[in-house]
Amino acid sequence: MNLIDVIMEPLQYDFMVRALVVTVMAAVVCALLSCWLVLVGWSLMGDAVSHAVLPGVVLAYVIGAPFAVGALAFGVLAVVMIGVLRGTSRIKEDASIGIVFTTLFALGLVLVSVVPSQTDLSHILFGNILGVSASDLWQVGVLAAIVLVVVLFKRRDLTLFAFDPTHAHAIGLNPKRLGWLLLGLLAVTCVVALQVVGVILVVALLIIPGATAYLLTDSFRTMLWVAPLTSALCSVVGIYLSYWFDASSGGLVVVTQGVFFGLVYLLSPRHGVLTRAVRTRRTRPTRRHRRPLSPPNGSISLSRDL
Amino acid sequence: MSTPSELALEVDGLSVSYGDVQALRDCTFSLEPGRVTGLIGMNGSGKSTLFKSIMGVVTPQQGRIRVEGADAGVARRAQQVAYVPQSEDVDWDFPLSVGDVVMMGRYGHMGPTRRARAADRAAVAHALERVDLTDLADRQIGRLSGGQRKRAFVARGIAQEASLMLLDEPFAGVDKRSEGTIITLLRELAAEGRTVLVSTHDLHALPTLADQAILLLRTVLYQGDVEGALEPRNLTRAFGLDLTGDADSGGAA
Repeated sequence: MNLIDVIMEPLQYDFMVRALVVTVMAAVVCALLSCWLVLVGWSLMGDAVSHAVLPGVVLAYVIGAPFAVGALAFGVLAVVMIGVLRGTSRIKEDASIGIVFTTLFALGLVLVSVVPSQTDLSHILFGNILGVSASDLWQVGVLAAIVLVVVLFKRRDLTLFAFDPTHAHAIGLNPKRLGWLLLGLLAVTCVVALQVVGVILVVALLIIPGATAYLLTDSFRTMLWVAPLTSALCSVVGIYLSYWFDASSGGLVVVTQGVFFGLVYLLSPRHGVLTRAVRTRRTRPTRRHRRPLSPPNGSISLSRDL
Repeated sequence: MSTPSELALEVDGLSVSYGDVQALRDCTFSLEPGRVTGLIGMNGSGKSTLFKSIMGVVTPQQGRIRVEGADAGVARRAQQVAYVPQSEDVDWDFPLSVGDVVMMGRYGHMGPTRRARAADRAAVAHALERVDLTDLADRQIGRLSGGQRKRAFVARGIAQEASLMLLDEPFAGVDKRSEGTIITLLRELAAEGRTVLVSTHDLHALPTLADQAILLLRTVLYQGDVEGALEPRNLTRAFGLDLTGDADSGGAA
């Protein structure tokens, strides 16, 4: 079998075509958002929100509302609860995040188990990419388009928020509002990606592409191209692998992303670990200014006045 | 830019608390336009809190701030207030070029999508030229020297066309030669009518830097000429040597 067959054979099935379309949409939207999440230091928030939307999605299903509405409500609820818990008790931020999102996630599991539906729990947890219906496709497409347009129009403000919220204050903008915008986009994006990789692995699509792009370029503009392109490519490869090896599609999408990140981590022209080692050996050893592992202010995320 | 008759900055009875900790207490002073003022105080004296109040990051419990005769919020929206952050508050690995950062000074002048027009690009080019960074416009900000980094942010304020410039510890991590360059630049900006407020603990630079000084220890202890500020009895009060231990309790650096 040649490469053409490898690529073309799955495409004769409608469900595979739909799977690939949904995957690419989810991968692109998540990757765009991940550029900001990684730079703001909101990876943990991404994790939290993506889990916390579960009860919202289930309740939306029960009352027949769009999933995005439920997700948005519970995403916002989670962030507010985390902020309140951190602000009004001696519990630190990472613990606040852990408590709130696991509790909401668990509530979602309980709801799934008591709500009669034909939806399988494992589909919500791990995605059901091969079972995408035409109406699913529409819903994901509309949500992805909304996120895409908002991100496109507000990208410079979001970057300002990520880089220097104090300057945003000084020029009369409201960084808090921009933070909420980013969180709202995050919640809606979780719904987009839910079908592809499931609640548990959404966070991978929300972190890995941005991190990969960040290691490949020093220009944010370039990141906004590199992240979606590499993410879409890795996801499609993952879907094909799952077809040919008959293995978990969500799982393979994320594993492919992770492996690609690993390669970039080692081999990135400028920031790769091996590349740097080779360069240091060739030239006179110079001390590079290393970035500390945690953000400079030591706090994980919500230090940006949310 | 400012009209000479107006006060550039008026801080009147400003009090700020973080929970139980009072960072500023009944702080009152005013600045005339066209001058460089050194804001002197130790860590926790409330310098950063004062800056944050002017920029609207913290909401004061009491008092009011006016910039160029207008309420501070109005002045901020009119792009009158520029800020040069402390080095440690900036993520120097952020994938932005020097030109990108300076362009952020123009955001308040732009439409909602912050799309740069010719006037914005001209303002950025002019600002970069003023601080002598034109050749480095495309360089990632982390790949600048300490002094160049400061000048990049000063350029952002110039591009913003702000009348009040706040600089938080601009000489930390900057070599002596760059410090001289920055001081010359700030003096030029003041000579053009801008108001420059510099928080610093670099007392050596003070006489060449500033026209006047403010000593701060949660309230204004002294405002006047630099020689007076450097008198031992004033410095002793500002650095809290007669307030044993108490001065360390302020959480705001």
